[in-house]
Amino acid sequence: MRVSIAVNGAEHSRDVEPRLLLIHFLRDELGLTGSHWGCDTSNCGACVVWLDETPVKSCTVLAVMADGHRVRTVEGLARDGKLDPVQEGFAACHGLQCGFCTPGMMLTARWLLDRNPRPTAGEVRAAISGQVCRCTGYENIVRSVLWASDHQEPQS
Amino acid sequence: MQVPAHVEYEKAKSVEHALALLTRYGPEARILAGGHSLIPMMKLRIAQPEVLIDINGLTDLCYIKVSDHELLIGSLARHAQLLDSDAVGEHFAILRDAERVIADPIVRNWGTVGGSLCQADPSEDLSAAFAAVKGTMVIQGPDGTRTVSAREFHTGPYETVVAPGEILVEIRLPVRPGGGSGYLKVARRVGDWPVGAVGAAVWLDGDVIIDAGIGLAAVGARHFVAAEAEEYLRGRPATPEHFGRAGEIAAENCRPVSDQRGPADYKRHLARELTARVLAVAAGRARAPEGKDSAARSAG
Repeated sequence: MRVSIAVNGAEHSRDVEPRLLLIHFLRDELGLTGSHWGCDTSNCGACVVWLDETPVKSCTVLAVMADGHRVRTVEGLARDGKLDPVQEGFAACHGLQCGFCTPGMMLTARWLLDRNPRPTAGEVRAAISGQVCRCTGYENIVRSVLWASDHQEPQS
Repeated sequence: MQVPAHVEYEKAKSVEHALALLTRYGPEARILAGGHSLIPMMKLRIAQPEVLIDINGLTDLCYIKVSDHELLIGSLARHAQLLDSDAVGEHFAILRDAERVIADPIVRNWGTVGGSLCQADPSEDLSAAFAAVKGTMVIQGPDGTRTVSAREFHTGPYETVVAPGEILVEIRLPVRPGGGSGYLKVARRVGDWPVGAVGAAVWLDGDVIIDAGIGLAAVGARHFVAAEAEEYLRGRPATPEHFGRAGEIAAENCRPVSDQRGPADYKRHLARELTARVLAVAAGRARAPEGKDSAARSAG
């Protein structure tokens, strides 16, 4: 089946099998390997990308379901060559060790901060509660998101 | 690597189109809504439909609205919509309580209310919640729509009254005066099914219970309901003693099984304790409807 998906602002058309998962479309068809393929059971959140305006677990979405929609991946977080404050926060606060969970964590963090620019630590923890990190114990991830909250320009 | 088996795919353009596709492809076709139950089951080959009929484009089924003393929920409403809805919070705190502990925030963005109900997992929180508030399901088929009580919707584990050629399109919840509700769940971790969970609604006249609804998830309650405990409460004052007794009755009449989430006697304990506690939460909210949200926090 022919699908057209706008990934990070660029339109991509491909012929795919209906059973192809969105995560594999992104990684294998488009070569966008920033989104990670983790548990395969919608538990770990390594594969989180945005479908239109909301983060989803792309191992549990078929590529054909994204036909005609927009997808945003970690490759689309930086704007005009400038890192998103969330990305700067993860660098500044050592928000990752192995980095496997990081793309999904950052996309959820961006979504949280768009909806709630000044979250509490508890709200950050709730937002990432469906995602697993085996390295950091989450402490530095929460710090990274709060750093981004402190350092991002106020939304107009 | 888990991938679904070969499957055909159709995008429905309207409810009528989806129904026509269901008729054309027969019982091996499956409606694809959020897909957060169906796709994992397809990966495991527990489900192997021949055709998926994707209804995600039917945005006219994504509503939550109040109309004539009813809260109307379109079957394609996402869990996150239910959680964020002011109308839901105002009239059915039980649903907000439940949605806070259903799956995780990312899954709630795409998982749908109708999909959860039709999946009919015996541990599904919303099935217990809608049974507690005595909702009505609206099912559409080739010959029109029919309505079924939430308490008659499930015919067994993973089975509902929705026939192969039909679609659940709406859930209707009656808004009655003097009502309050709540939901309490014990789970091992975020995103897991409950070890045990209980939702309750009470309708008070003064301090007398005019009507009560109690829904239980994951503890083997028939139709997700504690009917004997509801009957006991009707006409009695809303007191901790009566709530405690209702909890005992609910525990006596459910049939939990031991599994990896806990032994049967612990689940029965949860049925008793959570029923008593959530009835108190529901009664507190019925007495102070304007403070529903603060009551939710203190109960949480």
